[in-house]
Amino acid sequence: MNNLQYQTKNKYTQEITEGIKDFKDGFYKGLPIAFGYIPVAFAFGIMAVKGGIPVWIAILISMTNLTSAGQFAGAGLIIANATLLEITVTTFVINIRYMLMSLSLSQKIVERMPGVQRSIMAFGITDETFAVASLEEKEITFPFMMGLIIGPYWGWALGTALGAMLTTFLPEIWQDSLGIALYAMFIALIVPASKKSKAAFVVVIVAISLSCFFRWLPCINQISQGWVIIIATIIASTIGAVFFPRSEDEI
Amino acid sequence: MNYILLAVLLMAIVTYLPRVLPIVVFQRKIKSVRIKSFLYYTPYAVLGAMTFPSILFSTGNMYSSIAGTLTALILAYYEQGLMKVALSAVLVVAVCELCFYHL
Repeated sequence: MNNLQYQTKNKYTQEITEGIKDFKDGFYKGLPIAFGYIPVAFAFGIMAVKGGIPVWIAILISMTNLTSAGQFAGAGLIIANATLLEITVTTFVINIRYMLMSLSLSQKIVERMPGVQRSIMAFGITDETFAVASLEEKEITFPFMMGLIIGPYWGWALGTALGAMLTTFLPEIWQDSLGIALYAMFIALIVPASKKSKAAFVVVIVAISLSCFFRWLPCINQISQGWVIIIATIIASTIGAVFFPRSEDEI
Repeated sequence: MNYILLAVLLMAIVTYLPRVLPIVVFQRKIKSVRIKSFLYYTPYAVLGAMTFPSILFSTGNMYSSIAGTLTALILAYYEQGLMKVALSAVLVVAVCELCFYHL
């Protein structure tokens, strides 16, 4: 009896030790992401506050959404006084990509992870944390994922707070210049992928062409930016799926 | 204010749902190659459509935007990190704007 108790206790201690190790491992791997998020979140804070969104709401958006493209688009639509339906649909369509990442991670995490832990770690899935997690060779544990997420989460929140609060003090030239930060980050995400895969390149070019088309062609340039992104994405991704279907093991 | 808070809440929900549903609900892999492929290409299409042509209007004037865009494209082509690409583009834009300002 005593022996069994001792063994149970020992196993428990071991689990905790491994948990702490995984957490630390994840935390260090998340640090570069955290620092990378600060300037982009800074730009978001500025963009939101300049558009008339209160400072605390800008921070609230970052802490509840934790996504770049979606909340930039969402905040832009709030500023433009768009309808709630338009905001919801646009943000959702932009975030559809997370379904694939979430799906992919569901095959990567330890099999017995309880639903509660899955729901908590799901909140921290971003393009970058997903990329790091899916490149791990071992199975992903809950402590690892928590460690990976915590740095980027606070980097994103802190950057937003700084940007939102410093807007009034920052010279206009720097405010203007920071406007390009997020787009530059997007370019850093799509260019390497387009270099490696012809299919990704074609999809990107089709999406860009459609987006420019809608922006500059008379009459149809009345359609709002949100819907343009939705239409361009659906057409370009469908073309990708039809002409470059991916084989079973490629995802 | 209610409008903004409601919008933020809706955004948070539709951002969280795609993240949480598959990992909690799907225990097996999706079979349809078409759907898998469509989902795979979605981020590229979204990012492409979001970036262009908006990036050209993201700064004080279009010349500095073009300079920043080219900087980002070149550095991204040589696969520099996200932070390096973003900050370099910002710096180039700032330098361009300073030059314009003093001309």
